[in-house]
Amino acid sequence: MNYIYPEYEVVRNYARCITCRACENQCSNMVHCYVECESRMESKDDNCVNCHRCVTICPTRALKIVKSTHTFRENANWTGKTINEIYKQAQSGGVLLSSMGNPENYPIYFDKILINASQVTNPSIDPLREPMETRVFLGCKSHKITRDGGGKIIPKTTPQLDLSVPIMFSAMSYGSISYNAHESLAKASEQLGIYYNTGEGGLHEDFYKYSKNTIVQVASGRFGVHKDYLNTAAAIEIKMGQGAKPGIGGHLPGTKIVGAVSRTRMIPEGSDAISPAPHHDIYSIEDLRQLVYSLKEATDYKKPVIVKIAAVHNITSIASGIARSGADIIAIDGFRGGTGAAPTKIRDNVGIPIELALASVDKRLRDEGIRDSVSLVVGGSIRSSSDVVKAIALGADCVYIGSAALIAMGCHLCRSCQSGKCNWGIATQAPELVKRLNPAIAHQRLVNLVIAWEHEIKEMMGGMGINSIESLKGNRLMLRGIGLNEKELSILGIYHAGE
Amino acid sequence: MKRVYVNEQWCLGCRLCEYHCAFANSKESDMVKALKDKKIHPNIRVESKGNINFAVSCRHCEDPLCVRGCITGALQRVNGLITVDKDRCVHCYTCIVCCPYGAISPSEDGAIQKCELCIKNNNGIPACVKGCINQAIVYEER
Repeated sequence: MNYIYPEYEVVRNYARCITCRACENQCSNMVHCYVECESRMESKDDNCVNCHRCVTICPTRALKIVKSTHTFRENANWTGKTINEIYKQAQSGGVLLSSMGNPENYPIYFDKILINASQVTNPSIDPLREPMETRVFLGCKSHKITRDGGGKIIPKTTPQLDLSVPIMFSAMSYGSISYNAHESLAKASEQLGIYYNTGEGGLHEDFYKYSKNTIVQVASGRFGVHKDYLNTAAAIEIKMGQGAKPGIGGHLPGTKIVGAVSRTRMIPEGSDAISPAPHHDIYSIEDLRQLVYSLKEATDYKKPVIVKIAAVHNITSIASGIARSGADIIAIDGFRGGTGAAPTKIRDNVGIPIELALASVDKRLRDEGIRDSVSLVVGGSIRSSSDVVKAIALGADCVYIGSAALIAMGCHLCRSCQSGKCNWGIATQAPELVKRLNPAIAHQRLVNLVIAWEHEIKEMMGGMGINSIESLKGNRLMLRGIGLNEKELSILGIYHAGE
Repeated sequence: MKRVYVNEQWCLGCRLCEYHCAFANSKESDMVKALKDKKIHPNIRVESKGNINFAVSCRHCEDPLCVRGCITGALQRVNGLITVDKDRCVHCYTCIVCCPYGAISPSEDGAIQKCELCIKNNNGIPACVKGCINQAIVYEER
């Protein structure tokens, strides 16, 4: 007996359905079927994950998905969601799994921050008529200027990442997402002059040609890490944590470790890829420093090293330690950050909002006089160009976008990545599904998104009378809080609207 | 000359091209009105076996066997495009037998029908190309 009533219902407008059966052909969850004797389509709501594949491709707009109105007796404490979770666990005895970012109703501080604009006393700038600089460099900045005997500056800088806009595609491994999704990210990064991140699944041999726009990741499982992998990249990221699941590792099931995924990860086909929760060689900042310098040594001190951590309670002290470990860039992933699979209770209850983590880390590093030793990259649900502007004004050098990039490629946030049956060809390794994501289309959509955001960032900067992204960085006077209490304002380091 | 090409790598076998083709040649302005409860006779057909799908339509050959076989001159090669003059077709179906791609078929009225690159229905770019959800069908010079 199945206790769970389907969450969604497929509504078909039979007056418009021409029984072309495209919905049936394109649904990997087997929701639609053709009833031969009645010459009509039927749907099996139980299987629907609400991914909108059928709705989007239906040539006559005959389909829509609605939330089921079936309900439990109203109860503010025992919600239908909670009851269903218990049913699921009582049935399976297993940990609840979820995908993508924390969807729960916690405050979104970006939505409670407003951006300033110039009026009368300082002129705003029209980005269509005047130059506007969005280029950023990430890496440790020189603390002092040194000159030779003739007074010329000696340009001895530490390795830097050079970006046309302060946006990068965050780490998503080959394995958790498809070959075509990786190719789209790589191509788009090359075209945009930004970077994408391999995640911990290694770098497929076909993508070495995009290496100058590639950040390679070294995570606790060390999958796919070898000398060429490190040396081909523009930067190396040590993954200590992930916003969606701070404190725990990863597990890519053996069923997804096939063919090229197994080769790229350098593990046998069919074996589970288990990333341990900690790096077993890192138990202190000193240990981290050893790994940072091992990687620098392996790459001849030519690549910046990023350390990625999840935003957790003691983030400021951790970030301060990392800044002293020799890392060039700190990436912080907020609790809304996405994932291909995480235990639901961890995703929904562990970590802190990126806005608060960013504001306090930036302040702590400035107070300690080490802010210039590292660049700060933040991720964990940057949803729009205004989030980017707010993040930079709070002190970030750059942002990572993951979910937004997937959505641009076609993801409909049905949050069923863990099933491996992604109808959009993104979070799957099944060849017949992977081919649904044509990189020729998907990479262009990514490029369009970032270009659109760049236009909007420039418009907002122009409005504030700022013509360079460097002048926006950490410029918290450009922000005001709305509906925030004293404590929140003090952590964010901003005034309330009207002040 | 621009032709319709299909990249097998990206063809999903969804058969939407068949429906867009049938609609484009239906003279109706609404797809539902054109195709609801009707058996379609498209000029492009998806051939599938296992996970391999491939949409096939007229190749507009340089030396077309169908034109050579046509006994009445109903099939002509005009500026590279192979067109049908339905009034001259005597339903002998020699062309159907000749075509190595199976791209010609009898229409409902008995005369033959084939892809004419949507030239006659004023679609500009062929409807199958426009309607392909994965850019598997392209209209280009090669």
